[in-house]
Amino acid sequence: MNLTRRQLLVLLPAAAAAWEYVLAGTPEAAPTYNSTEHWWGMLLDITKCIGCGSCVRACALENDVPDGYFRTWVERYHVSDFHIENPVVDSPDGGKEGFPPSEFTGGKNFFVPKFCNHCVDSPCTQVCPVGATFHTADGVVLVDQNYCVGCRYCIQACPYGCRFFHPTKHVADKCTLCYHRITKGLTTACCESCPTGARQLVDLKNPNDPIHIFLKTHSVQVLKPHLATGAKNFYNGLDGSVR
Amino acid sequence: MLKLQDINHLLRMAAVFAIGLVLFLVFRRAFIPKSFGRYGHFRGDAIAEITARPIVYAGHDTCEGCHPNVADTKAKGAHVHVNCESCHGPLAEHADDPASVKPQKPDVAHLCVRCHSENIAKSQGFPQVNAKEHSRGQLCNACHQPHNPGLVQGARK
Repeated sequence: MNLTRRQLLVLLPAAAAAWEYVLAGTPEAAPTYNSTEHWWGMLLDITKCIGCGSCVRACALENDVPDGYFRTWVERYHVSDFHIENPVVDSPDGGKEGFPPSEFTGGKNFFVPKFCNHCVDSPCTQVCPVGATFHTADGVVLVDQNYCVGCRYCIQACPYGCRFFHPTKHVADKCTLCYHRITKGLTTACCESCPTGARQLVDLKNPNDPIHIFLKTHSVQVLKPHLATGAKNFYNGLDGSVR
Repeated sequence: MLKLQDINHLLRMAAVFAIGLVLFLVFRRAFIPKSFGRYGHFRGDAIAEITARPIVYAGHDTCEGCHPNVADTKAKGAHVHVNCESCHGPLAEHADDPASVKPQKPDVAHLCVRCHSENIAKSQGFPQVNAKEHSRGQLCNACHQPHNPGLVQGARK
């Protein structure tokens, strides 16, 4: 084959472009969900939570959470007027079957649902030595259970105690924010089953989400703001005694 | 003046390094998953694996598609914002195959009380009862229709 210099100069960039295309591989089947268009968080309204435990049960059923372990749980606080910095907290079986009558009659009493805060600067992902826990483009912290080596470093790193060591899989486990649901346009199992609307999945990148008005008109807090983890669980009516 | 016979020990060392480099590249290729690093310092395929998990709770929109009459009843009462599966449990299997998977009727004695039993930690505005005194042994749905929980006609106050 005889090529002139001019032909070669034309062919080379074309070949380079073709090679790039080969390297890129076949494009994946186009999913309708685009993770860069969302930024997930959750609104938790303390004033609405009745401690029924529906969220805990729904989470366990949706995600096969083993008995005695919790991806989400509910705590009951009792804050006496004399020890506002030392609340009495109980959470029988994570609040899974609701709460028995309180032993206290006075003071301030309320429920606090807790689960992974899906922090923007999450301590758990920073410490993972193998890259088994990571952030998705839509602000969810996930665990790759097929890649986790089970060193438990992330469980110690989470300041909110939201991770646990799975007793049979022997890897770290935590809330996925029902990633298999929210990517299909559904809400999380806990929000779906909450009877009072105390839990609301919010999408901060959706300009029509009512969260934007809610955040402007309410005093909303996150847990442990001094740790600067960038927590995205927004609590309405959160008492200062909650840790 | 460089003598060529003196360069052999350098070549041997270079060969050792070259073998080491090749081994490193081979092991790296064998042990790092193909999709690692596609989106960041993690296995990119993990996202698809987590997303592929089947859903268990169908979601109230699915329920209301086939049961609009219940949705209409609920719309009139205080339970309008209580989603179906909050009481009836997860029913995605039923939604996929309504003919063969039939949901069980919830146990009202247990279910209603879990939300509506008196508790000091509940907000004052939330309707709460002392179940034993309130019902005197009757089932909740003797007087209340759960989809629209005001007193049913003929119920004694």
